[in-house]
Amino acid sequence: MTPAPRVRVQTQDFDVSVETSALRDGDLGVGAVASFVGTVRERGNPAGGERVSAMELEHYPGMTERAIEAMLDAAHARFDIRGARVVHRVGRLSPGEQIVLVAVTSAHRGQAFQACEFIMDYLKTQAPFWKKETTPSGAHWVDARVADDEALARWGIEAGNAAPGS
Amino acid sequence: MPTVRVRFFASLRESLGAEEFVQVPEGATVGQLRVLLRGRGGLHADMLAAGRPVRTALAQMVCGDEAVLGDGAEVAFFPPVTGG
Repeated sequence: MTPAPRVRVQTQDFDVSVETSALRDGDLGVGAVASFVGTVRERGNPAGGERVSAMELEHYPGMTERAIEAMLDAAHARFDIRGARVVHRVGRLSPGEQIVLVAVTSAHRGQAFQACEFIMDYLKTQAPFWKKETTPSGAHWVDARVADDEALARWGIEAGNAAPGS
Repeated sequence: MPTVRVRFFASLRESLGAEEFVQVPEGATVGQLRVLLRGRGGLHADMLAAGRPVRTALAQMVCGDEAVLGDGAEVAFFPPVTGG
């Protein structure tokens, strides 16, 4: 049996319980499972903005998966974790739907919490995904946020995703 | 002259199309390709304008303007990412 892929990009929804169970399956060294789920907010950015009726997510097949794989390698190098997995949805989503799952296992909680946040901060600014929101005034591509670059900078990594171009 | 596969994503894809094959001078860089595409005017000039935040990838790895294009290379232009 081939091991389950660590990274999946898919249109269909995911079950957090199924994913975290599979991640720690058979590993009795696991003492902590941390997971993060991102969902579609009805109000986009900035908070309190227009009501979002739908969101469309696009990715770069091949590059996206490889970029996230590299992030998981970086997380394994940096933290004492036992396993990590990312599921990210693409296509059309409605408010309230799940977008992304990051799940991490470790012996103790500290490393799992930290690695989960690290992977998410990395993914927000470095994985090729793009969001388009549909609102009463039309459809808009979501702008990258400087705050997300700052979140990654806390880990000593320069993002520059939201920086102006040249 | 080398031929490269040029791909666009998100807002750039909507304006410029998903992909095309472009002939570039021997030894051309990603930055030079951007200038070449801009030279077509119209939406290309607008979407790839200097000062616009356009990110680039070569062989599906993020790259800078200085990356050199070989024959058959896959180059992508896209806006800052907004996943998660």
